[in-house]
Amino acid sequence: MNTEKLIPHLFRTESRKIGAVLNRHFGINHMEIAEDIVSDTFLSALETWPYKGIPENPKAWLYAVAKNKTKNYVLKTSNFENNIAHQIFQISEISTEIDLSERNISDSQLQMLFAISHPSISEESQIALALKILCGFGIEEIASAFLTNKETINKRLFRAKEKLKSEKIKIEFPSENQVEERIDTVLLTLYLLFNEGYYSENQDTVIRKDLCFESIRLLELLIKNYAHKIPKIHALYALMCFHSSRFDARKDQNNQTVLYQNQDENLWDKALIEKGIFHLHLASKGETASKYHIEASIAYWMTIKQDSKEKWEQVLKLYNLLLFQQYSPIAALNRTFALSKVYGDEIAIAEAEKLKLENNPFYFSLLAELYRQIEPQKSKQHLEKAIALTMSKSQKELLQKKLTDLNL
Amino acid sequence: MDEYVLIMRHENATGQVSPEQMQAWMQQTMDWLGGIAAQGKLLETGNGLSFDDARVVGHGGVVTNGPFGEIKETIGGYVIVKAESVEEAVEFAKGSPVLQGPGNTLEVRKVAKHDFK
Repeated sequence: MNTEKLIPHLFRTESRKIGAVLNRHFGINHMEIAEDIVSDTFLSALETWPYKGIPENPKAWLYAVAKNKTKNYVLKTSNFENNIAHQIFQISEISTEIDLSERNISDSQLQMLFAISHPSISEESQIALALKILCGFGIEEIASAFLTNKETINKRLFRAKEKLKSEKIKIEFPSENQVEERIDTVLLTLYLLFNEGYYSENQDTVIRKDLCFESIRLLELLIKNYAHKIPKIHALYALMCFHSSRFDARKDQNNQTVLYQNQDENLWDKALIEKGIFHLHLASKGETASKYHIEASIAYWMTIKQDSKEKWEQVLKLYNLLLFQQYSPIAALNRTFALSKVYGDEIAIAEAEKLKLENNPFYFSLLAELYRQIEPQKSKQHLEKAIALTMSKSQKELLQKKLTDLNL
Repeated sequence: MDEYVLIMRHENATGQVSPEQMQAWMQQTMDWLGGIAAQGKLLETGNGLSFDDARVVGHGGVVTNGPFGEIKETIGGYVIVKAESVEEAVEFAKGSPVLQGPGNTLEVRKVAKHDFK
Protein backbone atom coordinates (compact mmCIF):
# COMPACT_ATOMS: atom_id res chain seq x y z
CA MET A 1 0.00 0.00 0.00
CA ASN A 2 1.36 3.46 -0.81
CA THR A 3 1.16 6.45 1.52
CA GLU A 4 -1.81 7.88 -0.29
CA LYS A 5 -3.87 4.83 0.47
CA LEU A 6 -2.27 3.76 3.71
CA ILE A 7 -2.85 6.93 5.70
CA PRO A 8 -6.62 7.14 5.10
CA HIS A 9 -6.84 3.43 5.84
CA LEU A 10 -4.93 3.80 9.11
CA PHE A 11 -6.94 6.89 9.94
CA ARG A 12 -10.11 4.85 9.67
CA THR A 13 -8.84 1.98 11.82
CA GLU A 14 -6.49 3.70 14.27
CA SER A 15 -7.80 7.22 14.88
CA ARG A 16 -10.86 5.88 16.68
CA LYS A 17 -8.68 3.76 18.95
CA ILE A 18 -6.27 6.53 19.86
CA GLY A 19 -9.22 8.90 20.16
CA ALA A 20 -11.10 6.67 22.59
CA VAL A 21 -8.05 6.28 24.82
CA LEU A 22 -7.38 10.03 24.74
CA ASN A 23 -10.98 10.85 25.47
CA ARG A 24 -10.92 8.68 28.51
CA HIS A 25 -7.58 10.18 29.49
CA PHE A 26 -8.70 13.80 29.36
CA GLY A 27 -12.37 13.34 30.17
CA ILE A 28 -15.56 14.30 28.41
CA ASN A 29 -15.00 18.03 29.02
CA HIS A 30 -11.96 18.06 26.79
CA MET A 31 -12.90 16.09 23.74
CA GLU A 32 -11.28 18.76 21.60
CA ILE A 33 -7.86 17.98 23.10
CA ALA A 34 -8.22 14.36 22.04
CA GLU A 35 -9.31 15.46 18.58
CA ASP A 36 -6.36 17.81 18.24
CA ILE A 37 -3.81 15.21 19.27
CA VAL A 38 -5.28 12.65 16.88
CA SER A 39 -5.23 15.01 13.92
CA ASP A 40 -1.75 16.25 14.82
CA THR A 41 -0.54 12.66 14.87
CA PHE A 42 -1.88 11.93 11.42
CA LEU A 43 -0.63 15.26 10.15
CA SER A 44 2.87 14.20 11.22
CA ALA A 45 2.48 11.00 9.23
CA LEU A 46 1.31 12.95 6.20
CA GLU A 47 4.30 15.26 6.49
CA THR A 48 6.96 12.63 7.16
CA TRP A 49 6.07 9.41 5.35
CA PRO A 50 6.16 10.66 1.76
CA TYR A 51 9.76 11.84 2.29
CA LYS A 52 11.25 9.40 4.76
CA GLY A 53 9.29 6.39 3.62
CA ILE A 54 6.63 4.38 5.39
CA PRO A 55 7.91 3.14 8.77
CA GLU A 56 8.30 -0.58 9.27
CA ASN A 57 5.43 -0.73 11.71
CA PRO A 58 3.14 2.21 10.81
CA LYS A 59 0.69 1.52 13.62
CA ALA A 60 3.41 1.48 16.28
CA TRP A 61 4.80 4.67 14.76
CA LEU A 62 1.44 6.40 15.10
CA TYR A 63 1.01 5.20 18.67
CA ALA A 64 4.47 6.43 19.61
CA VAL A 65 3.79 9.83 18.09
CA ALA A 66 0.41 10.08 19.81
CA LYS A 67 2.03 9.20 23.11
CA ASN A 68 4.70 11.86 22.64
CA LYS A 69 2.22 14.49 21.64
CA THR A 70 0.13 13.69 24.70
CA LYS A 71 3.16 13.91 26.95
CA ASN A 72 4.20 17.24 25.44
CA TYR A 73 0.71 18.59 25.75
CA VAL A 74 0.37 17.64 29.40
CA LEU A 75 3.86 18.90 30.29
CA LYS A 76 3.30 22.15 28.48
CA THR A 77 0.00 22.86 30.16
CA SER A 78 1.31 21.88 33.57
CA ASN A 79 4.51 23.93 33.23
CA PHE A 80 2.98 27.14 32.10
CA GLU A 81 -0.44 26.97 33.56
CA ASN A 82 0.07 24.69 36.48
CA ASN A 83 -2.77 25.98 38.55
CA ILE A 84 -5.07 26.61 35.67
CA ALA A 85 -4.47 23.13 34.33
CA HIS A 86 -5.49 21.68 37.64
CA GLN A 87 -8.58 23.77 37.61
CA ILE A 88 -9.38 22.79 34.08
CA PHE A 89 -9.05 19.08 34.60
CA GLN A 90 -10.34 19.20 38.14
CA ILE A 91 -8.03 16.43 39.12
CA SER A 92 -4.80 16.80 41.00
CA GLU A 93 -2.61 15.39 38.30
CA ILE A 94 -3.09 14.16 34.78
CA SER A 95 -0.67 11.48 33.71
CA THR A 96 1.70 12.19 30.86
CA GLU A 97 1.50 8.59 29.67
CA ILE A 98 -1.33 7.07 27.69
CA ASP A 99 -1.83 3.35 27.55
CA LEU A 100 -2.41 2.19 23.97
CA SER A 101 -2.55 -1.51 24.75
CA GLU A 102 -5.26 -3.49 23.00
CA ARG A 103 -6.97 -4.07 26.31
CA ASN A 104 -7.12 -0.40 27.21
CA ILE A 105 -8.25 0.53 23.71
CA SER A 106 -11.27 -1.75 23.84
CA ASP A 107 -12.03 -0.77 27.45
CA SER A 108 -11.96 2.89 26.43
CA GLN A 109 -14.18 2.30 23.42
CA LEU A 110 -16.68 0.42 25.52
CA GLN A 111 -16.74 3.18 28.13
CA MET A 112 -17.21 5.82 25.45
CA LEU A 113 -20.08 3.82 24.01
CA PHE A 114 -21.85 3.91 27.37
CA ALA A 115 -21.03 7.58 27.85
CA ILE A 116 -22.54 8.71 24.55
CA SER A 117 -25.56 6.45 24.96
CA HIS A 118 -26.77 8.76 27.67
CA PRO A 119 -30.55 9.13 27.70
CA SER A 120 -30.27 12.92 27.66
CA ILE A 121 -28.88 12.93 24.10
CA SER A 122 -31.14 12.57 21.08
CA GLU A 123 -30.91 9.39 19.01
CA GLU A 124 -29.65 11.25 15.96
CA SER A 125 -26.87 12.83 17.96
CA GLN A 126 -25.92 9.56 19.57
CA ILE A 127 -25.37 8.02 16.17
CA ALA A 128 -23.45 11.04 14.94
CA LEU A 129 -21.25 10.90 18.05
CA ALA A 130 -20.78 7.17 17.67
CA LEU A 131 -19.74 7.62 14.05
CA LYS A 132 -17.33 10.39 14.91
CA ILE A 133 -15.76 9.09 18.08
CA LEU A 134 -16.12 5.34 17.90
CA CYS A 135 -15.96 4.69 14.18
CA GLY A 136 -13.48 7.36 13.16
CA PHE A 137 -15.76 8.83 10.49
CA GLY A 138 -15.03 12.27 9.14
CA ILE A 139 -17.66 15.02 9.22
CA GLU A 140 -18.17 14.66 5.49
CA GLU A 141 -18.79 10.94 5.75
CA ILE A 142 -21.25 11.42 8.61
CA ALA A 143 -23.04 14.08 6.60
CA SER A 144 -23.30 11.78 3.63
CA ALA A 145 -24.49 8.89 5.83
CA PHE A 146 -27.32 11.13 7.07
CA LEU A 147 -27.83 12.64 3.61
CA THR A 148 -27.30 16.11 4.97
CA ASN A 149 -24.59 18.77 4.92
CA LYS A 150 -21.44 19.22 6.99
CA GLU A 151 -22.80 22.25 8.77
CA THR A 152 -25.79 20.37 10.15
CA ILE A 153 -23.57 17.58 11.43
CA ASN A 154 -21.12 20.02 12.99
CA LYS A 155 -23.96 21.73 14.82
CA ARG A 156 -25.43 18.43 15.90
CA LEU A 157 -22.08 17.20 17.23
CA PHE A 158 -21.43 20.49 18.99
CA ARG A 159 -24.79 20.38 20.77
CA ALA A 160 -24.30 16.75 21.74
CA LYS A 161 -20.85 17.45 23.18
CA GLU A 162 -22.19 20.41 25.15
CA LYS A 163 -24.85 18.14 26.53
CA LEU A 164 -22.27 15.53 27.55
CA LYS A 165 -20.41 18.28 29.40
CA SER A 166 -23.41 19.83 31.07
CA GLU A 167 -24.64 16.45 32.25
CA LYS A 168 -21.12 15.82 33.62
CA ILE A 169 -21.06 12.39 32.09
CA LYS A 170 -18.06 10.36 33.16
CA ILE A 171 -16.13 8.04 30.88
CA GLU A 172 -15.82 5.00 33.09
CA PHE A 173 -16.97 1.44 33.36
CA PRO A 174 -20.66 1.69 34.13
CA SER A 175 -21.81 0.17 37.39
CA GLU A 176 -24.04 -2.86 37.19
CA ASN A 177 -27.04 -0.59 37.65
CA GLN A 178 -25.90 1.79 34.94
CA VAL A 179 -25.33 -1.09 32.55
CA GLU A 180 -28.90 -2.18 33.13
CA GLU A 181 -30.13 1.38 32.81
CA ARG A 182 -28.27 2.22 29.61
CA ILE A 183 -27.93 -1.08 27.81
CA ASP A 184 -31.16 -0.49 25.88
CA THR A 185 -29.91 2.86 24.62
CA VAL A 186 -26.51 1.37 23.81
CA LEU A 187 -28.13 -1.43 21.85
CA LEU A 188 -30.48 1.00 20.13
CA THR A 189 -27.52 3.17 19.09
CA LEU A 190 -25.80 0.15 17.56
CA TYR A 191 -29.05 -1.04 15.97
CA LEU A 192 -29.58 2.38 14.38
CA LEU A 193 -25.95 2.57 13.34
CA PHE A 194 -26.34 -0.76 11.62
CA ASN A 195 -29.60 0.22 9.94
CA GLU A 196 -28.01 3.44 8.78
CA GLY A 197 -25.52 1.33 6.89
CA TYR A 198 -27.90 -1.38 5.76
CA TYR A 199 -30.83 0.68 4.56
CA SER A 200 -29.22 4.01 3.85
CA GLU A 201 -29.75 5.74 0.54
CA ASN A 202 -26.07 6.38 0.34
CA GLN A 203 -24.65 5.10 -2.91
CA ASP A 204 -21.21 4.57 -1.47
CA THR A 205 -21.07 0.85 -0.74
CA VAL A 206 -17.80 1.11 1.14
CA ILE A 207 -19.23 3.53 3.68
CA ARG A 208 -22.43 1.52 4.08
CA LYS A 209 -20.60 -1.71 4.62
CA ASP A 210 -18.19 -0.04 7.01
CA LEU A 211 -21.11 1.19 9.11
CA CYS A 212 -22.53 -2.30 9.37
CA PHE A 213 -19.25 -3.90 10.30
CA GLU A 214 -18.44 -1.12 12.76
CA SER A 215 -21.66 -1.75 14.66
CA ILE A 216 -20.90 -5.46 14.64
CA ARG A 217 -17.41 -4.77 15.97
CA LEU A 218 -18.72 -2.58 18.79
CA LEU A 219 -21.35 -5.15 19.64
CA GLU A 220 -18.59 -7.74 19.94
CA LEU A 221 -17.04 -5.61 22.69
CA LEU A 222 -20.36 -5.72 24.52
CA ILE A 223 -20.67 -9.46 24.02
CA LYS A 224 -17.31 -10.07 25.67
CA ASN A 225 -18.24 -8.06 28.72
CA TYR A 226 -21.96 -8.30 29.28
CA ALA A 227 -23.71 -10.89 27.12
CA HIS A 228 -23.53 -13.65 29.73
CA LYS A 229 -25.94 -11.59 31.82
CA ILE A 230 -27.87 -9.86 29.05
CA PRO A 231 -28.85 -12.38 26.35
CA LYS A 232 -30.49 -9.77 24.12
CA ILE A 233 -26.99 -8.62 23.15
CA HIS A 234 -26.58 -12.00 21.45
CA ALA A 235 -29.97 -11.53 19.82
CA LEU A 236 -29.01 -8.19 18.28
CA TYR A 237 -25.72 -9.70 17.14
CA ALA A 238 -27.57 -12.58 15.47
CA LEU A 239 -29.89 -10.09 13.76
CA MET A 240 -26.93 -8.18 12.35
CA CYS A 241 -25.24 -11.38 11.16
CA PHE A 242 -28.37 -12.56 9.33
CA HIS A 243 -28.91 -9.21 7.63
CA SER A 244 -25.25 -8.74 6.71
CA SER A 245 -25.17 -12.17 5.13
CA ARG A 246 -27.16 -10.71 2.23
CA PHE A 247 -25.07 -7.57 1.88
CA ASP A 248 -23.46 -8.50 -1.42
CA ALA A 249 -26.57 -10.06 -2.89
CA ARG A 250 -28.89 -7.10 -2.46
CA LYS A 251 -27.26 -4.70 -4.91
CA ASP A 252 -26.38 -5.46 -8.50
CA GLN A 253 -23.36 -4.17 -10.40
CA ASN A 254 -25.12 -0.90 -11.13
CA ASN A 255 -25.89 -0.46 -7.44
CA GLN A 256 -29.58 -1.14 -8.06
CA THR A 257 -31.49 -2.89 -5.32
CA VAL A 258 -32.10 -6.57 -5.94
CA LEU A 259 -35.31 -7.71 -4.28
CA TYR A 260 -35.12 -10.62 -1.87
CA GLN A 261 -36.87 -13.08 -4.16
CA ASN A 262 -34.52 -12.25 -7.04
CA GLN A 263 -31.31 -12.53 -5.03
CA ASP A 264 -28.68 -15.09 -5.86
CA GLU A 265 -28.49 -17.36 -2.82
CA ASN A 266 -24.91 -18.26 -3.66
CA LEU A 267 -23.95 -14.70 -2.79
CA TRP A 268 -25.32 -15.07 0.74
CA ASP A 269 -22.56 -15.35 3.28
CA LYS A 270 -23.04 -18.79 4.85
CA ALA A 271 -20.43 -18.22 7.55
CA LEU A 272 -22.31 -15.18 8.82
CA ILE A 273 -25.59 -17.10 8.79
CA GLU A 274 -24.02 -19.83 10.90
CA LYS A 275 -22.56 -17.27 13.27
CA GLY A 276 -26.03 -15.76 13.58
CA ILE A 277 -27.61 -19.11 14.37
CA PHE A 278 -24.97 -19.73 17.03
CA HIS A 279 -25.69 -16.41 18.72
CA LEU A 280 -29.46 -16.75 18.42
CA HIS A 281 -29.05 -20.01 20.26
CA LEU A 282 -27.05 -18.27 23.01
CA ALA A 283 -29.67 -15.52 23.14
CA SER A 284 -32.43 -17.97 23.90
CA LYS A 285 -30.98 -18.75 27.33
CA GLY A 286 -32.76 -15.87 29.01
CA GLU A 287 -36.35 -15.84 30.13
CA THR A 288 -37.62 -12.84 28.25
CA ALA A 289 -37.81 -12.23 24.53
CA SER A 290 -36.73 -8.73 23.55
CA LYS A 291 -37.64 -7.12 20.25
CA TYR A 292 -34.16 -8.12 19.07
CA HIS A 293 -34.96 -11.78 19.80
CA ILE A 294 -38.08 -11.51 17.69
CA GLU A 295 -36.43 -9.59 14.87
CA ALA A 296 -33.48 -11.98 14.84
CA SER A 297 -35.85 -14.95 14.64
CA ILE A 298 -37.64 -13.36 11.69
CA ALA A 299 -34.27 -12.66 10.06
CA TYR A 300 -33.34 -16.29 10.65
CA TRP A 301 -36.38 -17.49 8.69
CA MET A 302 -35.43 -15.14 5.89
CA THR A 303 -32.09 -16.90 5.55
CA ILE A 304 -34.06 -19.87 4.22
CA LYS A 305 -35.06 -18.82 0.77
CA GLN A 306 -37.37 -21.72 -0.01
CA ASP A 307 -41.00 -20.79 0.72
CA SER A 308 -42.77 -23.18 3.04
CA LYS A 309 -45.93 -23.21 5.07
CA GLU A 310 -43.89 -23.44 8.23
CA LYS A 311 -41.65 -20.53 7.30
CA TRP A 312 -44.49 -18.08 6.75
CA GLU A 313 -46.56 -19.30 9.69
CA GLN A 314 -43.58 -18.71 11.94
CA VAL A 315 -42.82 -15.33 10.39
CA LEU A 316 -46.46 -14.27 10.82
CA LYS A 317 -46.42 -15.38 14.43
CA LEU A 318 -43.20 -13.47 15.08
CA TYR A 319 -44.55 -10.29 13.50
CA ASN A 320 -47.64 -10.64 15.68
CA LEU A 321 -45.39 -10.87 18.74
CA LEU A 322 -43.32 -7.91 17.58
CA LEU A 323 -46.47 -5.83 17.21
CA PHE A 324 -47.68 -6.89 20.64
CA GLN A 325 -44.47 -5.42 22.04
CA GLN A 326 -44.51 -2.25 20.02
CA TYR A 327 -46.46 -0.95 17.05
CA SER A 328 -44.54 0.26 14.07
CA PRO A 329 -45.85 0.87 10.53
CA ILE A 330 -43.11 -1.24 8.96
CA ALA A 331 -43.88 -4.22 11.24
CA ALA A 332 -47.59 -3.82 10.44
CA LEU A 333 -46.87 -3.89 6.70
CA ASN A 334 -44.51 -6.85 6.93
CA ARG A 335 -47.01 -8.73 9.06
CA THR A 336 -49.66 -8.23 6.41
CA PHE A 337 -47.31 -9.55 3.74
CA ALA A 338 -46.66 -12.66 5.85
CA LEU A 339 -50.43 -12.98 6.31
CA SER A 340 -50.86 -13.10 2.53
CA LYS A 341 -48.35 -15.93 2.35
CA VAL A 342 -50.27 -17.94 4.96
CA TYR A 343 -53.91 -17.11 4.21
CA GLY A 344 -53.80 -15.77 0.67
CA ASP A 345 -53.98 -12.35 -0.96
CA GLU A 346 -57.68 -11.68 -0.45
CA ILE A 347 -57.60 -12.02 3.32
CA ALA A 348 -54.43 -9.95 3.41
CA ILE A 349 -56.03 -7.20 1.30
CA ALA A 350 -58.92 -6.92 3.74
CA GLU A 351 -56.47 -6.56 6.63
CA ALA A 352 -54.15 -4.24 4.69
CA GLU A 353 -56.95 -1.81 3.96
CA LYS A 354 -57.55 -1.41 7.68
CA LEU A 355 -53.96 -0.24 8.24
CA LYS A 356 -54.71 3.20 6.83
CA LEU A 357 -51.10 4.23 6.29
CA GLU A 358 -52.00 6.58 3.47
CA ASN A 359 -48.82 8.65 3.69
CA ASN A 360 -46.54 5.66 3.54
CA PRO A 361 -45.22 4.62 0.10
CA PHE A 362 -44.60 1.08 1.38
CA TYR A 363 -48.30 0.79 2.21
CA PHE A 364 -49.18 1.28 -1.43
CA SER A 365 -46.42 -0.96 -2.72
CA LEU A 366 -47.72 -3.68 -0.39
CA LEU A 367 -51.27 -3.20 -1.73
CA ALA A 368 -49.88 -3.26 -5.27
CA GLU A 369 -48.19 -6.55 -4.54
CA LEU A 370 -51.34 -8.07 -3.02
CA TYR A 371 -53.48 -6.96 -5.97
CA ARG A 372 -50.92 -7.97 -8.60
CA GLN A 373 -52.57 -11.24 -9.50
CA ILE A 374 -56.15 -10.57 -8.44
CA GLU A 375 -56.66 -7.16 -10.03
CA PRO A 376 -53.68 -5.85 -12.04
CA GLN A 377 -55.44 -2.57 -12.76
CA LYS A 378 -55.70 -1.80 -9.04
CA SER A 379 -52.14 -2.92 -8.58
CA LYS A 380 -51.12 -0.30 -11.13
CA GLN A 381 -53.02 2.47 -9.31
CA HIS A 382 -51.34 1.58 -6.04
CA LEU A 383 -47.91 1.53 -7.64
CA GLU A 384 -48.52 5.00 -9.02
CA LYS A 385 -49.47 6.26 -5.57
CA ALA A 386 -46.36 4.66 -4.10
CA ILE A 387 -44.16 6.28 -6.75
CA ALA A 388 -45.71 9.67 -6.04
CA LEU A 389 -45.08 9.30 -2.32
CA THR A 390 -41.56 7.92 -2.20
CA MET A 391 -38.67 10.32 -1.72
CA SER A 392 -36.04 7.73 -2.46
CA LYS A 393 -34.56 7.55 -5.94
CA SER A 394 -33.73 3.84 -5.82
CA GLN A 395 -37.19 3.06 -4.47
CA LYS A 396 -38.77 5.04 -7.30
CA GLU A 397 -36.76 3.09 -9.86
CA LEU A 398 -37.73 -0.18 -8.28
CA LEU A 399 -41.44 0.70 -8.31
CA GLN A 400 -41.18 1.97 -11.88
CA LYS A 401 -39.78 -1.38 -12.89
CA LYS A 402 -42.66 -3.19 -11.19
CA LEU A 403 -45.06 -0.95 -13.06
CA THR A 404 -43.45 -1.85 -16.37
CA ASP A 405 -43.53 -5.54 -15.46
CA LEU A 406 -47.30 -5.34 -15.00
CA ASN A 407 -47.55 -4.94 -18.76
CA LEU A 408 -50.72 -2.87 -18.70
CA MET B 1 -59.96 7.45 21.33
CA ASP B 2 -61.39 5.34 24.14
CA GLU B 3 -60.31 2.10 25.70
CA TYR B 4 -62.53 -0.93 25.49
CA VAL B 5 -62.22 -4.28 27.21
CA LEU B 6 -63.35 -7.25 25.17
CA ILE B 7 -64.42 -9.98 27.56
CA MET B 8 -64.68 -13.47 26.14
CA ARG B 9 -67.44 -15.65 27.51
CA HIS B 10 -67.65 -19.36 26.88
CA GLU B 11 -70.84 -21.30 27.14
CA ASN B 12 -70.82 -24.69 28.81
CA ALA B 13 -67.07 -24.70 29.17
CA THR B 14 -65.79 -28.01 30.43
CA GLY B 15 -62.20 -26.96 30.77
CA GLN B 16 -61.24 -29.91 28.62
CA VAL B 17 -59.45 -29.04 25.43
CA SER B 18 -57.12 -31.25 23.44
CA PRO B 19 -53.59 -29.96 22.89
CA GLU B 20 -54.23 -29.78 19.13
CA GLN B 21 -57.38 -27.73 19.64
CA MET B 22 -55.49 -25.53 22.04
CA GLN B 23 -52.72 -24.93 19.54
CA ALA B 24 -55.06 -24.13 16.67
CA TRP B 25 -57.03 -21.81 18.92
CA MET B 26 -53.84 -20.07 20.08
CA GLN B 27 -52.78 -19.43 16.51
CA GLN B 28 -56.15 -18.04 15.53
CA THR B 29 -56.18 -15.83 18.60
CA MET B 30 -52.72 -14.52 17.83
CA ASP B 31 -53.63 -13.76 14.24
CA TRP B 32 -56.77 -11.98 15.40
CA LEU B 33 -54.85 -9.87 17.91
CA GLY B 34 -52.04 -9.32 15.40
CA GLY B 35 -54.57 -7.74 13.06
CA ILE B 36 -55.65 -5.30 15.77
CA ALA B 37 -52.03 -4.62 16.77
CA ALA B 38 -51.14 -3.93 13.12
CA GLN B 39 -53.60 -1.03 13.28
CA GLY B 40 -51.86 0.21 16.40
CA LYS B 41 -55.06 -0.35 18.37
CA LEU B 42 -54.10 -3.16 20.73
CA LEU B 43 -53.44 -1.91 24.24
CA GLU B 44 -53.10 -5.19 26.09
CA THR B 45 -53.04 -8.72 24.81
CA GLY B 46 -54.60 -9.42 28.17
CA ASN B 47 -54.58 -12.86 29.62
CA GLY B 48 -56.41 -16.06 29.05
CA LEU B 49 -57.97 -17.35 32.22
CA SER B 50 -56.98 -20.91 33.03
CA PHE B 51 -59.64 -23.50 33.71
CA ASP B 52 -57.29 -25.24 36.12
CA ASP B 53 -57.36 -24.27 39.75
CA ALA B 54 -60.56 -22.34 39.32
CA ARG B 55 -62.70 -21.72 42.38
CA VAL B 56 -65.83 -19.82 43.14
CA VAL B 57 -66.00 -18.17 46.53
CA GLY B 58 -69.57 -17.62 47.62
CA HIS B 59 -71.52 -15.92 50.35
CA GLY B 60 -70.35 -17.02 53.78
CA GLY B 61 -67.01 -18.16 52.40
CA VAL B 62 -68.35 -21.24 50.66
CA VAL B 63 -65.76 -22.41 48.17
CA THR B 64 -66.69 -24.54 45.20
CA ASN B 65 -64.70 -25.92 42.31
CA GLY B 66 -65.77 -24.07 39.38
CA PRO B 67 -67.10 -22.06 37.76
CA PHE B 68 -68.16 -25.14 35.81
CA GLY B 69 -71.47 -26.86 35.91
CA GLU B 70 -73.46 -24.54 38.05
CA ILE B 71 -73.36 -21.56 35.80
CA LYS B 72 -73.74 -21.58 32.07
CA GLU B 73 -71.10 -19.03 31.16
CA THR B 74 -67.42 -18.82 31.97
CA ILE B 75 -65.08 -15.94 31.33
CA GLY B 76 -62.24 -17.20 29.18
CA GLY B 77 -60.12 -14.11 28.97
CA TYR B 78 -59.98 -10.49 28.00
CA VAL B 79 -58.09 -8.06 25.80
CA ILE B 80 -57.96 -4.28 25.83
CA VAL B 81 -58.17 -2.26 22.62
CA LYS B 82 -58.25 1.38 21.58
CA ALA B 83 -61.16 2.42 19.41
CA GLU B 84 -62.76 5.59 18.05
CA SER B 85 -66.21 4.30 18.89
CA VAL B 86 -68.01 1.34 20.35
CA GLU B 87 -68.82 0.32 16.75
CA GLU B 88 -65.13 0.03 15.95
CA ALA B 89 -64.55 -2.01 19.12
CA VAL B 90 -67.43 -4.28 18.07
CA GLU B 91 -65.76 -4.79 14.68
CA PHE B 92 -62.61 -5.90 16.48
CA ALA B 93 -64.64 -8.27 18.64
CA LYS B 94 -66.27 -9.85 15.58
CA GLY B 95 -62.92 -11.26 14.50
CA SER B 96 -62.38 -13.27 17.67
CA PRO B 97 -62.06 -17.03 17.19
CA VAL B 98 -64.02 -17.49 20.42
CA LEU B 99 -67.16 -16.73 18.42
CA GLN B 100 -66.70 -19.94 16.43
CA GLY B 101 -68.14 -21.78 19.44
CA PRO B 102 -71.93 -21.62 19.38
CA GLY B 103 -73.27 -19.79 22.40
CA ASN B 104 -69.96 -18.05 23.08
CA THR B 105 -70.02 -14.27 23.26
CA LEU B 106 -67.75 -11.28 23.55
CA GLU B 107 -68.78 -8.52 25.82
CA VAL B 108 -67.55 -5.06 24.78
CA ARG B 109 -67.18 -2.60 27.63
CA LYS B 110 -65.76 0.88 27.61
CA VAL B 111 -63.24 1.48 30.36
CA ALA B 112 -64.68 4.12 32.66
CA LYS B 113 -61.89 6.49 33.62
CA HIS B 114 -62.25 7.72 37.15
CA ASP B 115 -60.27 10.63 38.33
CA PHE B 116 -59.31 9.79 41.89
CA LYS B 117 -57.19 12.90 42.45
